[in-house]
Amino acid sequence: MKRVRIGAGLGFYGDSWQPVRASIERGGVQYIASDHLSELTLAILQKDRQRDPAAGYARDCVPMLAELWPLAAKHGVKFVLNAGGLNPQGAREAIARVLREQGWKASIATVTGDSVAERIDELRAAGESLAHMDTGADIGTVRERLLFASAYLGAQPIAEALARGADIVLTGRVADAALSLGPVAHELGWRWDDWGRLAGGLTVGHLLECSGQGSGGNFGSAGGWAAIPDYAHLGYPIAEVYEDGSALLTKAPGTGGRVSFDTLRQQLLYEVHDPHAYRSPDVVLDMGTLELRDEGGDRVRVRGASGAARPASLKIVAGYHDGWMGTGMIGFAWPEAYAKCAKSAEIVATLVRERGWAVEDQQVEYLGYDSLLGEHADPACRDQLNECFLRMTIRTRERRIADAFGRLFPWLGLSGPPYVGSMKGVQPARELLGIWPALARRELVEPAVRVEVEAT
Amino acid sequence: MRVPLWKIAHARSGDKADRADIGLFAYDPESYAVLRREVTRERLAAHFASIAGGPVELWPLDNLLALKIVLNGALQGGAARSLRMDNLGKSVAARLLRMEIEAPADLPRLLR
Repeated sequence: MKRVRIGAGLGFYGDSWQPVRASIERGGVQYIASDHLSELTLAILQKDRQRDPAAGYARDCVPMLAELWPLAAKHGVKFVLNAGGLNPQGAREAIARVLREQGWKASIATVTGDSVAERIDELRAAGESLAHMDTGADIGTVRERLLFASAYLGAQPIAEALARGADIVLTGRVADAALSLGPVAHELGWRWDDWGRLAGGLTVGHLLECSGQGSGGNFGSAGGWAAIPDYAHLGYPIAEVYEDGSALLTKAPGTGGRVSFDTLRQQLLYEVHDPHAYRSPDVVLDMGTLELRDEGGDRVRVRGASGAARPASLKIVAGYHDGWMGTGMIGFAWPEAYAKCAKSAEIVATLVRERGWAVEDQQVEYLGYDSLLGEHADPACRDQLNECFLRMTIRTRERRIADAFGRLFPWLGLSGPPYVGSMKGVQPARELLGIWPALARRELVEPAVRVEVEAT
Repeated sequence: MRVPLWKIAHARSGDKADRADIGLFAYDPESYAVLRREVTRERLAAHFASIAGGPVELWPLDNLLALKIVLNGALQGGAARSLRMDNLGKSVAARLLRMEIEAPADLPRLLR
């Protein structure tokens, strides 16, 4: 039976590519599918591009390929990555330059046409409201503050690039799982209306798109996480996908981590809404019929995915400026560590009030007590803490206020409660971003999609 | 007897826009039967009343011995505008594992 082996690359902008080395060297992979874009990474890239028109892509793809490409070329491994961000052409040039410098050749493809930031009015004129998918709000309310807007493209342009001989495929915004589904459908010759097989390929893509989370990383549990072997050398997941749409999930021999029924089902449902209708541009997956069979030894068989026809619309995610965050922190040692944090919060609140600052919202958290668990923290611990840190944040329309807020805290070191630690500088204002999910009919978006393949 | 979920299940959470989503996984079929019975939308809504501004959604998945839970309006509008330390909702699963339910004392997982 025909098969193809795909290895997970990065799971976000800033993730480590060291584990990819083991997948290439001894994991038998033919492709690495690397996901550099979270929901809002494009906002970071947009700011980069405002400063430098040649930027706007996930920069980590350049050192990653500079280091891994010689190894990949030797083993005949190709890369599919969405690191192009808002500027796949810029990413292509940067990668081509570094490969040329090292004397390596590669055929690099770019997939563009996902960005619709310049086409908002055109889409609205064509009858798309671009209303917020969850709230129904009018996009006019944030129109002037939009920083980016991109459609999630599917796997077809990736498969096309591979069919045209690309060794490296650089995309902008595509559905994360399409990074795997593209090479799988290309290698196994699947039709784009073969919903059952495509659903199997989408399942694989979803299991690989978060790197180490598919092989024992972030194994959410009490106690279970401690049994995951050798985190320091955790291997990223690898999928061997078969013609019928089933797959074997595993990882490179000799690596840490764990591929099991437990670690895989955690990733399967991760960041999924309705598990019976997991929507992608290529197919709608029903996870309710999936069968995961753990064979032991970091091998799990995945089969039985059900697929329904692809949606008529593509999802668009836009980001908009939504004010500024001011942050202040201060920590105290025993005795009365929590009480001293609470007193400091009260003092700061008084100062904010007296200055008449326009603050839309604020958050008071106690690190070491409730900053992650919130109201689910156990109050019995509160007054026994060895040490505690206060973290206060505000949301405001004015950058000036957000900056000034952080500067209220150092003064407490000499004029507030005793036994202070953590006076490690002041945090500047941080821009806050709202997210705007919307839908647009695919025939309004897809004609703009371009696949270009060029040798270095 | 009253049992916290962490004794019979494991969980992971993530974010999509203003939604926190959680996968809750029973360690064995007996524990799954208890989760199906005890972890209801109403109880989840009460447990997460302090963060979930919108409705709670729940799907059982018998093939995975799992419950898929979605808390709408739970992330202060989304990770990039949230003021919280846990802006991505990664610890929301831990908060769920602290929820207590009624379970038979002779559940295999509890006798280990």
